[in-house]
Amino acid sequence: MTDMSQKSLMARIFCRGPWETAATAFIGAGVIMLMQPFALALYTWSFLTTLTGVVMFVIVSKFPE
Amino acid sequence: MTGSHIPDALANRLATATPPKLAARVRGLSDKAIAWLFITPTMILLLAINIFPLIWTIRLSFTNFRANRTNAVVKGIGLDNYTSILTDPDIWAAMQSTAHFVFWTITLQTLIGFTLAYLLDRKFRGHGFWTTIILIPMMLSPAVVGNFWRFLYQPQIGLFNYIISFFTGVDPSSFEMIGSVTLAPWSIIIVDTWMWTPYVMLICLAGLRSIPDYIYEAAEVDRASTWRQFWSITIPMALPFIMLAVLFRGIENFKMFDMVNLLTSGGPGSTTEVASITLKREAFEKWRTGFSSAFAIILFVTVFGLANIYVKALNQVKSR
Repeated sequence: MTDMSQKSLMARIFCRGPWETAATAFIGAGVIMLMQPFALALYTWSFLTTLTGVVMFVIVSKFPE
Repeated sequence: MTGSHIPDALANRLATATPPKLAARVRGLSDKAIAWLFITPTMILLLAINIFPLIWTIRLSFTNFRANRTNAVVKGIGLDNYTSILTDPDIWAAMQSTAHFVFWTITLQTLIGFTLAYLLDRKFRGHGFWTTIILIPMMLSPAVVGNFWRFLYQPQIGLFNYIISFFTGVDPSSFEMIGSVTLAPWSIIIVDTWMWTPYVMLICLAGLRSIPDYIYEAAEVDRASTWRQFWSITIPMALPFIMLAVLFRGIENFKMFDMVNLLTSGGPGSTTEVASITLKREAFEKWRTGFSSAFAIILFVTVFGLANIYVKALNQVKSR
């Protein structure tokens, strides 16, 4: 019973959908930060944001549906 | 059935053409081994022309290597190249030029492309002919398009200035599309929109044709107006296809090089210097190979990220 509930909890936490959406949001934010004309600081941190999103996307795309 | 048509003499000759040793060896291979045999050349080619240069570029991006000084000592400089790029206002300006170009081309191409698709979906007489005519610009080579638009934009002999003059009454030689700081970015946007709107139109047309007729029939039974049908049925059901076209054109325009290089080469000054032109200048005019490698990696990660979103959108369209 505990095993089953633990498994379902893990499955619920590591579900692909929301994680993929979060990774997509990171990538989108990174791209916008890279090309926005308002703040140089945002431009400076854009690559790290996009890279985080890309790495996250590669990892979470292996999660179960 | 087909085998029976091969003459016996030819079959015998084919069978004896393979050396016995090789024939025996191939006959002894498993299906998996034969599959590997066929895949290996492609994989080697892929590793040699894609993966190896990528890894080499990543390695170079952490050095001060210059391709025109091959005898100089190559020093590892850590993240210095990345720091320089991400704090350089000139490269930031190039990114903004790219953003301006990407934003306006996508907006215009989506609006015009969807409108054309909506009109062609009406299935009027000769719609097949007009679809073919509209698709022609997309089939041309960007090099050809860039060259002939350069002629069209000539202030003295170009047709473009005369058409503008005909509609607005402005003197045709009073303005220069490619030479003007304010008009040069728009000259590229116009050409890209002219060339790639048919592509967006094609994807939107596929989306519109995928909407079943019975939904419109049900809406008509419910006395829904054409306007209501458009906003409640057409747009929501064609939206995944529109998103797909937007993403694909976004990725392509982010890396746009050929058209800009042919039309303005980044000029006048640096008003049309998009990211790929800056990259070319850093790599092959200033010969800062390590620096340009880091810049290429930044652009690659951005395009790779957008491509991930594109694949996700594609899967959503497929699952519909």
